[in-house]
Amino acid sequence: MVQAPEGVEGAGFFATSLEKVVGMARKNSIWPLPFATSCCGIEFMATMGAHYDLARFGSERLSFSPRQADLLMVMGTIAKKMGPVLRQVYEQMAEPRWVLSVGACASSGGIFDTYSVLQGIDRIIPVDVYVPGCPPRPEQIIDGVMKIQRLVETESLRRRDSAEYKAMLNQYGIE
Amino acid sequence: MEGTGLEKTIGVLNEKFEGEVLHAAMLYDFPTITLKKDKIIEIIKFLKEHPDTHYHYLTTLCGIHFPELNQIAIMYQLHNMVSGERVRLKIYLPAEKPEVPTLTTVFAGANWMERETYDFFGVIFTGHPDLRRILNVEDMIMFPLRKEFPLEDQVREDKNDTMFGR
Repeated sequence: MVQAPEGVEGAGFFATSLEKVVGMARKNSIWPLPFATSCCGIEFMATMGAHYDLARFGSERLSFSPRQADLLMVMGTIAKKMGPVLRQVYEQMAEPRWVLSVGACASSGGIFDTYSVLQGIDRIIPVDVYVPGCPPRPEQIIDGVMKIQRLVETESLRRRDSAEYKAMLNQYGIE
Repeated sequence: MEGTGLEKTIGVLNEKFEGEVLHAAMLYDFPTITLKKDKIIEIIKFLKEHPDTHYHYLTTLCGIHFPELNQIAIMYQLHNMVSGERVRLKIYLPAEKPEVPTLTTVFAGANWMERETYDFFGVIFTGHPDLRRILNVEDMIMFPLRKEFPLEDQVREDKNDTMFGR
């Protein structure tokens, strides 16, 4: 059961700010896009399964179209050749969008310190939360999702229109 | 198949290409013949069409870099699926200018194998219909399997000798 946000309560009414309501709604209905390329993707399958059950966090509905997804979960080694594909997927997502980098490979290249592997997806797209581990256990992935939830809940409705956010995207050459 | 394929292949080769063979041996039970580089395509075509050898299938071809010899070898592996006989042919090219005629004129399947060899070793296959990188990113400026290029990605700042003792 989700707690109601802070507000003024009385007989037959409840008043709070729109931002808090939107934050609460978004937080509990994040549609993830799983971009699973290797073993971290297997851990994600366990995370989605009945035992760990990401549905408890309102994220059981995976979106395999980036246009309908809120959260891009990058799980696994991203080869340099895959880089432009990942970037295009990110660009196709509608705002507001979040990125969760699961595992050592997605976060830093991991053990694949080699000419063909991208040394961390944050070289091409902005990342909100990093989950360490090789691969991380489902509990860790859930912890990462909960940290994303916290960001989603507390994010200002105007953040995506701010000059800082646009400047941050420009650093990555997006838009 | 102990040795049979090797002697027969040498016999067939000597019919038309006497003196082209530099070295021939069974290496790990695999007949391996090192040849002079100039007539390699004619030799493979001849072995493919000759009724005694009839190596009609190109299993693979690839490059090998020998930095101490300053040479790049090209290895062709042929297979006769009727008799089950196989042979490996090797030629050596100078590492400064590795150039060899394309095998796509004999085996169409050599197309992507030669692109891979170009991609990783920089070998120029003259006459190839579409010689460009196949596995690595197009803007790569090195040939990564040559020993003079570092294996590790040079963009990492977090790995240094104080942390990893290298």
